[in-house]
Amino acid sequence: MIIAQQKPIQDIASMIDDCNKVLLVGCAGCVTVCLAGGEKETDILAASLRIKRKLENKPLETVTCVATRQCDPEYVETLDSYVKDVDAVISLACGVGVQYLAERFTDKWVVPALNTKFIGGSVTHGEWEERCGLCGDCVLHRTGGICPIIRCSKSILNGPCGGSQYGKCEISKDVECAWHLIYERMKALGKLDKLMEYQPPKDWSKSRDGGPRKAIREDVMIG
Amino acid sequence: MRLQYASTVRIVEMPCTGTIDHRVLLQTFENGADGVFVAGCMEGDCHFLKGNIRAKKRVNQVKNILEEIGFGADRLDFFNLSAAQGQRFAEIVTEMTERIRELGPSPLNKKEGETA
Repeated sequence: MIIAQQKPIQDIASMIDDCNKVLLVGCAGCVTVCLAGGEKETDILAASLRIKRKLENKPLETVTCVATRQCDPEYVETLDSYVKDVDAVISLACGVGVQYLAERFTDKWVVPALNTKFIGGSVTHGEWEERCGLCGDCVLHRTGGICPIIRCSKSILNGPCGGSQYGKCEISKDVECAWHLIYERMKALGKLDKLMEYQPPKDWSKSRDGGPRKAIREDVMIG
Repeated sequence: MRLQYASTVRIVEMPCTGTIDHRVLLQTFENGADGVFVAGCMEGDCHFLKGNIRAKKRVNQVKNILEEIGFGADRLDFFNLSAAQGQRFAEIVTEMTERIRELGPSPLNKKEGETA
């Protein structure tokens, strides 16, 4: 999932300083799971902003709702009735959701309440870790299911490097060396020979290259 | 026991402090409370194992929010005491009442036009 974290309330408040009524839109997708922009977080932020503005003698009216997914036009359309009489829209979605709202509501001031951090998963309740570098050309079948692109600090494809010490990366004792993990896992699987196979240079053109990427499935397109 | 404590306190009973939600705490202040304290069971004595520990974390998180938005964290607190500690409850009520009296009315209760 996409992992996001809320911006400081002061920063969000300054984005809507000149507004009297705002709509806060949560998202029931990834940001609900990572506890950054679900129904509860949306209500908490709304209450916080209302209290802050009341203390400043500039009362703020808030409306809250949660979209099933802000990254899908069909769910963004359902927000039309909420948006009509507000001065601004605060999105508690990832950067994708914010952009979809801004595209739909062209005459509204749409601002982000979250910082979109990375693609990852839960380590324990309340802790998330980056696990995918979105390189566009997955190599996990060659590395024992451990991603060297994002979990190796240098994203090298032929590690470990000289900075690997007792299984830890030189950048921090809290960061495991991905290539050490890969080696240990391949050894346990009896597949160390796979690491010896010749690999051509990685095709980075499938990564962040040539502008925003697109994925198309013509068989499911309607019309 | 006939213990005396301030009549300014309104008690809201909950099945466990673990049901406390950040939103409820913020709402109490928006609804005009000058101060709020959450009285959870003694640590280690929770019938639901971790309800009071979780409540304490949530109260602390709301304190952080209140501090961040300029309301101040002192009007909210969490105390551990058992149902058998009536004496301690009365003490806490007195302690909180004195603290809130010192802080004055909640800035959210100021009339329109007054500066907070």
